Amino acid sequence: MSAAGRSPLIEVEHVGMTYAIGGLFRRRAVRAVDDVSFRVEAGSPEILAIIGESGSGKTTLARMILNLATPTDGAIRFLGADLTGVRSNRERTAFMRQVQPIFQNPFEAFNPLKRVDHYLYFSARRFAAARGRADIETRTDKALQQVGLSLAEVKGRFPHELSGGQLQRIAIARALISAPSLIIADEPVSMVDASLRMSIVNLFKTLRDELGVSIVYITHDLATAYYISDRVLIMQRGKAVESGNARAVLDHPQHPYSVLLKNAVLSPDDVDKPIARPGTSRDSADSSPAIAPSNRE
Amino acid sequence: MSAAGPPALANEGARPHQGAGGAERRFGRSAAGPDRVLTVRDLRAYYRTNHFGISREVRAVDGVSLHVDRDEIYGLAGESSCGKTTLIKTIVRAIRPPLDIVGGSVTFNFGDRDLDIHALVQNELEAVRWRHLSYILQGSMNVLNPVRRVRQSFVDFAFRHIRKPFPEFLRLIESHLDRVRLAPAVLDAYPHELSGGMRQRVTIALATVCRPDFIVADEPTTALDVVVQKDVLSMLREIQREIRSSMILVTHDIGVHANLTDRLGIMYAGRLVEEGRTADVIRNPRHPYTTHLVTSLPRIGDLTPKRGLEGVPPNLAAPPAGCRFHPRCPLAIATCSAEAPPMVDVDTGHRVACWVTAPPTASMPPQ
Repeated sequence: MSAAGRSPLIEVEHVGMTYAIGGLFRRRAVRAVDDVSFRVEAGSPEILAIIGESGSGKTTLARMILNLATPTDGAIRFLGADLTGVRSNRERTAFMRQVQPIFQNPFEAFNPLKRVDHYLYFSARRFAAARGRADIETRTDKALQQVGLSLAEVKGRFPHELSGGQLQRIAIARALISAPSLIIADEPVSMVDASLRMSIVNLFKTLRDELGVSIVYITHDLATAYYISDRVLIMQRGKAVESGNARAVLDHPQHPYSVLLKNAVLSPDDVDKPIARPGTSRDSADSSPAIAPSNRE
Repeated sequence: MSAAGPPALANEGARPHQGAGGAERRFGRSAAGPDRVLTVRDLRAYYRTNHFGISREVRAVDGVSLHVDRDEIYGLAGESSCGKTTLIKTIVRAIRPPLDIVGGSVTFNFGDRDLDIHALVQNELEAVRWRHLSYILQGSMNVLNPVRRVRQSFVDFAFRHIRKPFPEFLRLIESHLDRVRLAPAVLDAYPHELSGGMRQRVTIALATVCRPDFIVADEPTTALDVVVQKDVLSMLREIQREIRSSMILVTHDIGVHANLTDRLGIMYAGRLVEEGRTADVIRNPRHPYTTHLVTSLPRIGDLTPKRGLEGVPPNLAAPPAGCRFHPRCPLAIATCSAEAPPMVDVDTGHRVACWVTAPPTASMPPQ
């Protein structure tokens, strides 16, 4: 399938993550991610959506790809090199230059007491090896232009002076400064206002088509995943239950859980159909009489 | 199911509307009269701060009028910081400085007489709250006291309103929990032992156990997962239909409104810009902001390019003059920046505030 001799951009192979929770007594293990495999090829930028409800292991998976957490089983390889081999500061910086995160809540991603340009300058110095004020500002401005902003608009502003949509754009610009080949976006639009959401989503398309950046788009929103992604991976309780071409999977989901997810989407087109009676979409774990502790906390 | 044995609630007899005319009554048939539960007239609520001589006024709710009928779910939509939460805080009188009521009135009618909620004294307010008017808060899965069992939360909230001996009260709680499909065992649990969806159902049970006439739900399912969200919403609707209460449901998610609400109001920058039957507003939006909200929604099976709205949400401390949407509006004309458009009836029960799509001259005669 892949071009012979060329390593994939990111290769996730039978990855698992077990967290131990509880104290000295009543210790138990939570399997957050269980035997997940996928790869994103180099050379053909794409958007891969990872879909699942909370507790399905999406964020844990993202943390492992960003090398913020080490998988307890399996391996993740970036351009053929195992992430556990990234140890020295230099290797880590080189890796971070290539793989950049975008977080869910733009209001929490920025320190409210610091001006937002501080982050951009810092990234430019550290990841783009920019030296001197002029060079730093040029690179920052270039990244901001790519997201439809400019340094003049952002310079000297504090996070509270900007809207959620603008802040999320700045977060994306920050990730773009190092010219990464992979962006891990963890629920990037769920905290952005409805009127601005689609402009962020469209921005991801532009990044893929014009800058050749592959994006792992983590979300619980099937509609935006359908709109922008090329492939999807549906996760349930740490396991990948279905994956494939985004249109094919979301138009005709096969796995019962994917069907359940699709049916749970409340579409504005259903305006004449009253909401389904409970019982038809009841999920068994939650309605069981025993008190099921959520596996999240 | 409910006919098998609805729990004999204490306040059942005190409800003149209950059982009276069981036929499905939809919006629009009887406009005024005893069926109108909530009337909000030209409400203005501002946040006023004065620090070091710099006074600031944030006009979070600026001239909102709306009404809610019995057995009706009224939806409020709009982006964050458009004043949705301030509006309902004002409606339930959960206001604290710096929030201040500048003008207008909020009148409830629970069957016998009109109550101006801002004129009630404290013990009158306490008698109304929870029994007649309950409130499901935003992020309400986190409102349960973490160091008290769920049972104690029920006692704290509902015991004095139900006025039954304790064993009977407990049986009633248990049968009510069954409505939201929770086992009696949750009464002995601490909130952290329950999943988010279960906690949300506990708060819904808490807010509905006294069979209130009016429920205000602020983003009741925003923090929940999609699968659980649909469940919780359908339960909320089922209970609302059963006890025939009215509800204001606030959420920014148009999909939720489409599936649940009878009428929908769209807020932008502290003002209501469009209001009508949910189907009309979603199928045939008249205000450019509503049009954008509805057309920009991604849908499964739809790959047509969607656009975000240009510009930034307005700053409510210094809102744009005239129509507050005009700096971002694709249809704006000169009048828009000079004068605020009035709410104009464009169809039965469908009101729009826009100089371009609903000019006052083309309005229908007032009903």
